[in-house]
Amino acid sequence: MLKGKQSWVFPNRPVIEASAAVGGPFEARGKLASDFDILHDDLWMGKDSYEKAHTLILEEAIETAIQKAEMTKEDISFMLAGDLVNQITPSSFAARSVGIPYFGLFGACSTSMEGLALASFIINNQGANRVVTGASSHNAAIEKQFRYPTEYGSQKPPTAQWTVTGAGAAVVTNDQEKQGKLVTTSATIGKVVDMGLSDPFNMGGAMAPSAADTIIAHFKDLQLDPSYYDLIVTGDLAKIGHPITLELLKKEGLNIDSQKFKDCGLMIYQEDQQVQAGGSGAGCSAAVLYGHLLNEMRKGKYQRILLVATGALLSPLSFQQKESIPCIAHAVSIEVHP
Amino acid sequence: MAKKNKSPEQKRYQQIEQKHELKRPVVKNCIKAFFVGGTICLIGQAVMYFYMYFFHFTEQTSGNPTVATMIFFAMLLTGFGVYDKIGQFAGAGSAVPITGFGNSVISAAIEHRTEGFVLGVGGNMFKLAGSVILFGVFSAFVVALIKTLLQIWGII
Repeated sequence: MLKGKQSWVFPNRPVIEASAAVGGPFEARGKLASDFDILHDDLWMGKDSYEKAHTLILEEAIETAIQKAEMTKEDISFMLAGDLVNQITPSSFAARSVGIPYFGLFGACSTSMEGLALASFIINNQGANRVVTGASSHNAAIEKQFRYPTEYGSQKPPTAQWTVTGAGAAVVTNDQEKQGKLVTTSATIGKVVDMGLSDPFNMGGAMAPSAADTIIAHFKDLQLDPSYYDLIVTGDLAKIGHPITLELLKKEGLNIDSQKFKDCGLMIYQEDQQVQAGGSGAGCSAAVLYGHLLNEMRKGKYQRILLVATGALLSPLSFQQKESIPCIAHAVSIEVHP
Repeated sequence: MAKKNKSPEQKRYQQIEQKHELKRPVVKNCIKAFFVGGTICLIGQAVMYFYMYFFHFTEQTSGNPTVATMIFFAMLLTGFGVYDKIGQFAGAGSAVPITGFGNSVISAAIEHRTEGFVLGVGGNMFKLAGSVILFGVFSAFVVALIKTLLQIWGII
């Protein structure tokens, strides 16, 4: 149901029945290692290309989530997924092997929340009884898309970010027994914001205004105060973008307690892991939300969170042609149903 | 949206962004580049003397085997995943010497191995080094042209 200009509320409370996260070797050394369902100790993951490994982690995340929901693939009506590789082949190839009717999404690193918003909308409006949604990225496969070869000895600036090898997936259902379960209550769809930044090694700086825009729209549409949420988490703004967003929000009169304002890209790795500004990639927010954050909610640490996944909608071609970086952010609120 | 025509809103935002942006530590990077680059050249010099004293190369002819040896080292370090870490630390220090050139070719070859030998390795091996070769050869041609003209005119 539309509320305000660009938000949906979900009065039927779609239930996140189960979720799963899969990570790579670098994530296994990170802060949130214990929240992953599967951790690979090798980037190749037994495959002969990184792209196949990329497909594998999404398959595993989806299959694990379905298993944890005590369902089979046949019980699921639709799958919504996306990633950052050309023509989103890892997601489509995973959909091929999983065999669930499929929507391929592209919202760069905001795909995780684009998927969850659409999944919740489908469930809320009786478009399906059970859907699965996910997003993924693989460090070597994505760096190959957007950057120099992985073994090339270039010096990354301190604003650069490290692409997360990870996938996250969730099964969203119209389960009628909602008590104590995780439900999605609303979603805000972001508009594309371009503040003229063109440095692909500074994604956080480029994405911050889109995150601020969506957060402001969310609270305006839903007529809520930021204190409503126990935690507001951005996708992968990292060290540069995260404080900028906080400042932009403050300028617009939205005072968010900095203790309650986190970023997936800053949560996933240890301080001594050399990732420059922090983590990024479509799998970053997906793995952190569907692994760590939902686990914390199940433990009762948070009752209501808002996840704002941010994406930079550039291509290697567009930045070589000196185009600036258009960015987008989508927000979904998740609550423990009373 | 072109870079040059910034709206007032974009300009305002970019001022805020600049305040938070972490700058490259240029002086520190230069010092690191100087020492690492110097060390690589020192090793190169040692290899050159090795060829001069143990094989019958002269100062003029020992260059080629030295370059080949240094590129071989770069290949090993790239293959074992060490060179990119040196690169992150040293920046230009490991990019400018011949080892950096070797690294750019070898890393691209490794990267595209999964796409096959012809279209993958062959087609992409020089995707970084290609422009170095092109503009290197072209600037050598321009300099040689200038020198030839000056000689014809009897200036030098």
